[in-house]
Amino acid sequence: MSERSERTDQLGAGNPSPLWEVFVRARRGLAHTHVGSLHAPDAELALRNARDLYTRRQEGVSIWVVPASGITASSPDEKDAFFDPAADKVYRHPTFYDVPEGVAHL
Amino acid sequence: MYGNDFPGEDAPGGLLGEVEAAEAALRAAAERDRSAAGPGEDLAAYFAEVVDADQKIEPRDWMPEAYRRTLIRQIAQHAHSEIIGMQPEGNWISRAPSLKRKAILLAKVQDEAGHGLYLYAAAETLGISRDELVELLLEGRQKYSSIFNYPTLTWADVGAIGWLVDGAAIVNQVPLCRCSYGPYARAMIRVCKEESFHQRQGFEILHTLAHGTPAQKAMAQDSVDRWWYPSLAMFGPPDGDSTHSAQSMAWKIKRFSNDELRQRFVDMCVGQAEVLGLTIPDPDLRWNDERQSYDYTQPDYDELMRVIKGNGPCNRQRMAHRRRAHTEGAWVREAAAAYAAKQRNKEKVAA
Amino acid sequence: MNGPFAFTLGLGDDALIAAQRLAEWTTHAPEMEEDIALANIALDQLGAARLLLSYAAELEGAGRDEDALAYLRDDREFRNCLLVEQPNGDFAVTMAKLLVLSAYQLPLYTALAGCADERLAAIGAKTRKESAYHLDHAALWVRRLGDGTDEAHRRMQAGIDQVWPYAHELFAAQPGAPVDPATLRGDFDSTVAAVLAEATLTLPESGWVPAGGRDGVHTEHLSFLLAEMQVLHRAHPGARW
Repeated sequence: MSERSERTDQLGAGNPSPLWEVFVRARRGLAHTHVGSLHAPDAELALRNARDLYTRRQEGVSIWVVPASGITASSPDEKDAFFDPAADKVYRHPTFYDVPEGVAHL
Repeated sequence: MYGNDFPGEDAPGGLLGEVEAAEAALRAAAERDRSAAGPGEDLAAYFAEVVDADQKIEPRDWMPEAYRRTLIRQIAQHAHSEIIGMQPEGNWISRAPSLKRKAILLAKVQDEAGHGLYLYAAAETLGISRDELVELLLEGRQKYSSIFNYPTLTWADVGAIGWLVDGAAIVNQVPLCRCSYGPYARAMIRVCKEESFHQRQGFEILHTLAHGTPAQKAMAQDSVDRWWYPSLAMFGPPDGDSTHSAQSMAWKIKRFSNDELRQRFVDMCVGQAEVLGLTIPDPDLRWNDERQSYDYTQPDYDELMRVIKGNGPCNRQRMAHRRRAHTEGAWVREAAAAYAAKQRNKEKVAA
Repeated sequence: MNGPFAFTLGLGDDALIAAQRLAEWTTHAPEMEEDIALANIALDQLGAARLLLSYAAELEGAGRDEDALAYLRDDREFRNCLLVEQPNGDFAVTMAKLLVLSAYQLPLYTALAGCADERLAAIGAKTRKESAYHLDHAALWVRRLGDGTDEAHRRMQAGIDQVWPYAHELFAAQPGAPVDPATLRGDFDSTVAAVLAEATLTLPESGWVPAGGRDGVHTEHLSFLLAEMQVLHRAHPGARW
């Protein structure tokens, strides 16, 4: 179900590492949603990179990375180590910053 | 649609509000009926119809070759800008003056890497690989935003980049959330949501400096003096000289002209500068009642052209830095590929 | 020297100096994805450093805060282990350092999470999850480099050889400390041995066991690192940022 246009398979310089589509379940009760793609030589690295790239702000309780030929999902057992570290990085959210009164458009 | 809604949203009407509105419009347009059910014989007419209806072109749709090329160029340039743009700010991570500022700056520069990757991924849906795009950058055949060819000489420059450069980028980018190409619009929605903290942290740095010691205030003013005009130049040449604008507007890749966006940026900054207690270095800046906008001095477009052509203060340094990282990392990428191949072989043998 | 202040300060300094070194990779990583991963780990270490240094400052009760401890001490007053102040070297050296550091921090923070000091226990509970992630990341790369290409294997083995002597200092006994590091050595050894075996790497034989960090006797590298880290803060005494 790759979102690539058909030309992608024909092009490509040298030996690029495979492309993976990334799906994130944002909260319990929701379906996994496609969030984008990334490159990685294998599934383990793809999952790792997806965690860093698409859930830096702790969006997501589960990630799937999908190569052309299969699906790999993060295991629920690992979710503590996978997702908790972002919880304290409040400075990633705009509301962390005090904006003096009267400042518009910021 | 990405499930990354933030706690404590901005009041509607702010820039974040505009991003939300673009996201809502994207959904609404997707649900709207058009008269024709699907593409018939005339693919070009179907393309035009989708664009006219403010719906999104998706990767597997037919599209004019020039539309595809324009998008590849623009999205790649945008991705390259994020990656090269890490350098001027990254320059201050090791010297950030408090642990809190160090954490914020590191997170911000990390975000820029992430945004570069979102954008490369969007470009790849158009049938070009990231490796090819990186090669085009390293060979100097594709550009990145000229603003990143200016040096960050003081800590205040980190603030000025956040306030002015990210501010200008957001003014540029918010309309791109409504771009006619779906993957680009979706990437931009994600980028804009994440970037709203970038501008605020820059503003906060400058505000703290401007209300600090005399030396800190002088540092802040000096950096605004140096970054103001290059930031205005980020919107590109004046409308009369811009080669790509008209067609891009018709295709709804671009929604506003360079000069319109530049004016919007100036109008936003004036009030913010007053709150900062810093002076915008333009003696001719004044309110024009008739236009309901500020009159301002244009940036030096000859300087912009020189920097774009490769002769800014840091062009060579930035490119050498990127090439070195790429070259020095080759053995690691090769090892990862070799390991993956070995594992695949093992699985085959086991099966 | 074994009071809770010195102990907490040592852990905080470990995390701070590790963060400073990891952050040096920003824009230099071998792959753009790895830039993001290394920054994540640096941010975790920095977050831990801030918690630990803030608590150390409270324990000291001399009116200092995290920034006073980070920016206004000289190298002889830092209590970090020598491992974290070593230069990054190539990516293999950095991953060797991260493997040793995280294989030490994981059992340390885990033990801390169960210690009698509530504040340290809370910090341990948070940071052990991060350490598990760091260890995972280091192990993932050590396997790929060790069992990837010949060049990578050579570099990874050299990285382990270079870093290994600095591991011993981490486990010097501190009887009476909230957690005695000497008790963690078994855990550490088995974790590292498993990763290296999978990566087709070997542990070097070395009789050289450098130490001194916990007493403020460092390698020559630390002073340069601090000079860069502290330069701006010290140029504006008393300023707010």
